[in-house]
Amino acid sequence: MAARASLTIRLFGGAAIAVLLTLSLGTLIAVLLRAEAISGFGRPEWAAVRFTLMQATLSALISVSLAIPLARALARRQFPGRSALITLLGAPFILPVIVAILGLVAIFGRNGVISNILGFPLDIYGLQGILLAHVFFNLPLATRLILQGWLAIPSERFRLAASLGFTSGNVARTIERPMLIEIVPGAFLVIFLICLTSFAVALALGGGPAATTVELAIYQAFRFDFDLSKAALLASAQFVICAIAGIIALRLSIPQVAGGELDRTLDRWDAKSPFLRLQDGVIIILSAVFLLVPLSAVVLRGLPGVLEMPVSVWQAALRSIFVTVIATTVCMAMSLSLAFFVQNIKRGKIWVEGVSLLAIAASPLVMGTGLFLILFPMMDPSRAMLFITALVNAAMALPFALRALVPALRQIEGTYGKLADSLGMHGFTRLRYLYLPRLRRPLGFSAGLIAALAMGDLGVITLFSDPNRATLPLEMYRLMASYRLEAASGAALLLLMFSLSVFWIFDKGGRVNADV
Amino acid sequence: MKSFTFAAGLCLTASFAIAETPVLTVYAPDYFGSEWGPGPAIEQAFEATCECDLQFVTGDVLPRLLLEGERTRADAVIGLNTDVTARARATGLFAPHGQDTSDLTMPIDWTDDVFLPFNWGHTAFIYNNTKIENPPTSFDELLNAPDDLKIVIQDPRSSISGLALILWVKAVYGDDAEAAWAKLQPKILTVTKGWSESYGMFTDGEADMVLSYTTSPAYHIIAENDQTKQAAIFEEGHYFMVELAAQIAGTDQPELAQAFMDFILTEPFQSIIPEGNWSFPANLSSDKLPTGFDQLKLPEKVLFYTEDEAAALRDEALDEWLRALR
Repeated sequence: MAARASLTIRLFGGAAIAVLLTLSLGTLIAVLLRAEAISGFGRPEWAAVRFTLMQATLSALISVSLAIPLARALARRQFPGRSALITLLGAPFILPVIVAILGLVAIFGRNGVISNILGFPLDIYGLQGILLAHVFFNLPLATRLILQGWLAIPSERFRLAASLGFTSGNVARTIERPMLIEIVPGAFLVIFLICLTSFAVALALGGGPAATTVELAIYQAFRFDFDLSKAALLASAQFVICAIAGIIALRLSIPQVAGGELDRTLDRWDAKSPFLRLQDGVIIILSAVFLLVPLSAVVLRGLPGVLEMPVSVWQAALRSIFVTVIATTVCMAMSLSLAFFVQNIKRGKIWVEGVSLLAIAASPLVMGTGLFLILFPMMDPSRAMLFITALVNAAMALPFALRALVPALRQIEGTYGKLADSLGMHGFTRLRYLYLPRLRRPLGFSAGLIAALAMGDLGVITLFSDPNRATLPLEMYRLMASYRLEAASGAALLLLMFSLSVFWIFDKGGRVNADV
Repeated sequence: MKSFTFAAGLCLTASFAIAETPVLTVYAPDYFGSEWGPGPAIEQAFEATCECDLQFVTGDVLPRLLLEGERTRADAVIGLNTDVTARARATGLFAPHGQDTSDLTMPIDWTDDVFLPFNWGHTAFIYNNTKIENPPTSFDELLNAPDDLKIVIQDPRSSISGLALILWVKAVYGDDAEAAWAKLQPKILTVTKGWSESYGMFTDGEADMVLSYTTSPAYHIIAENDQTKQAAIFEEGHYFMVELAAQIAGTDQPELAQAFMDFILTEPFQSIIPEGNWSFPANLSSDKLPTGFDQLKLPEKVLFYTEDEAAALRDEALDEWLRALR
């Protein structure tokens, strides 16, 4: 690439890294500087760390193990409604925590649908409840990440496999397994990190204080003891866990060597046996039932409330769309810069990806407090509430975008890079004609994910909300806090519909003209 | 050009008009300042008398104040309670309220000259009277109830009502509090981060009883014409919860902050409380309460820890709770 383009990439990439570091480590340092005494790690803190590690590992392990067969089934089957189903499967991930808890309880609780059918109360409160909830949240995400991997396999490999008479076992060994080795550790890592900062779900479905996670310990340090140094120490523990998990996962992930193939439609000759069809069908149906039934509970609860929702809820919805647009724009700019940056540097790629992960491992409470401490001397943080929400969401969603963009970019460069060099395609021309058209699918997918995430997030603003400018999730919480549970359910339904719509629009946009 | 000058002049006058209206900044919890809380009505009523702009700044009041310290922009705060005021008082940020509190409509006497009460209630377990015919009439009965009676409570580490609950148990059982928790443990369906999750689980029928307030049924009676939600009244007494306001000593609007303190116990403010915050006003005679409040079941006996007692007991009470429930 030309030197000038490379300088631009370095500038933008550097700026993106600076933003990420400020949000994660910068906010932590701000909290530490404000702390009065230095406190140590006692037995309760270690217990919280152990429990958090255990539940996050199990949650990620189960989510990914279930996601592999589901992604494979979705990758090799075509059926009417498939793309609608894939979009809908993304919904649990974007639900506000409180809505998801009540939705899960409506199905799996002791007064839930299943208990009523069975005639005796199911007991979900305990580790099983936490895992149920975390798999419910993250199975769709893991499936989407792994499905991206499947769809990125050039169809020529499957054609060649078919012409050589490969069975599905042969295909799995020679084509699919190398892809999984590249994709799965990363998917495991992001889900592990998401579960790492879980708190409200773990507590409510974990059945009580035995399910104390690090994030809850941070909350206690912050609100009950007002011990900022302990809060910061616990937040650092989260970063250390993130760093260790990140190093392990990124080392396990072996990037594939990109070959030169054409990207065309996929037909899976190896998977046409009735047994495999049945197997895939059962997997898809079971997963759909597991994920969509609690969602329909959310929809049913929300329907009566939609009619009685005051104007302010709709205004909050507009504000949320505004936040979403900003978050998506910022995140796309940052992730593209970083993806090109990673592509262009020779060493330290792993560090850039590592930095991008810090934002998900960051404690929302510490991040919010740190941001407050940084902003407070300069301005009233409440006034920046919408912008902060957008920025934090952009940072949180960045690793997902990066995980989709980096391999895609490597693939493009490996396949067409030399050709483009020989044609003298550099800078903007190269971006416009080589990269963007081929990045469409990962770009659309990531944009959709970011948009949906930003729509549902309440995140870091517990210290400073703006009474007159609530976002939709905040408005929903306020309705709940003032007993208006029906209207709150209506707002939750609205939130779900908006989130799914933005996800669908971006994702669809990314798949225009794409055959798969 | 002429119209431009005119427009510029208009803008200038407008900005002068804004600059001339003094702003009173009051920190409040999110529920208080939201459209569904009492904040907007109070703002309107106060602005009608003060020729000022009352602005609620919402969020976690005490943590925010502790972070800001001397540099706080608050002129006053509202929505603290006695279980945390020891910590707040220790900051030395507050000035006396200057009100006569000798004749309030509260079940306890109030002598604190810094923190001014504006509404109160008690912790209570709420049940659905179509599902439970004979609710426990004492804490002992609750502890000895069959284990399939399920309650949801809030975590004292993240919720102010959860903190009130462990103090309530401490007030009833004293040194035997841990044993009481151990007895209650099988009946605790789960513990939630905040009040909303618990209450939602209760109204969905997942739990039989929920930790809330004696005033909670008022919402259902008045706003939903629903008589099925009731507070179970325990003969050992109920923990008294009072919400407080205070002015900041270092305010740059001392007259306005004082005017706001003077406003809190007056009828225009107090009459907003019952249906704005679903609580009992601190200074409003019972005949002025909205219909529906007369149907509330209330305890004969009130248990209460002063802020010093609460501050001294809370760590111990939390440890007992954690040990029994782990």
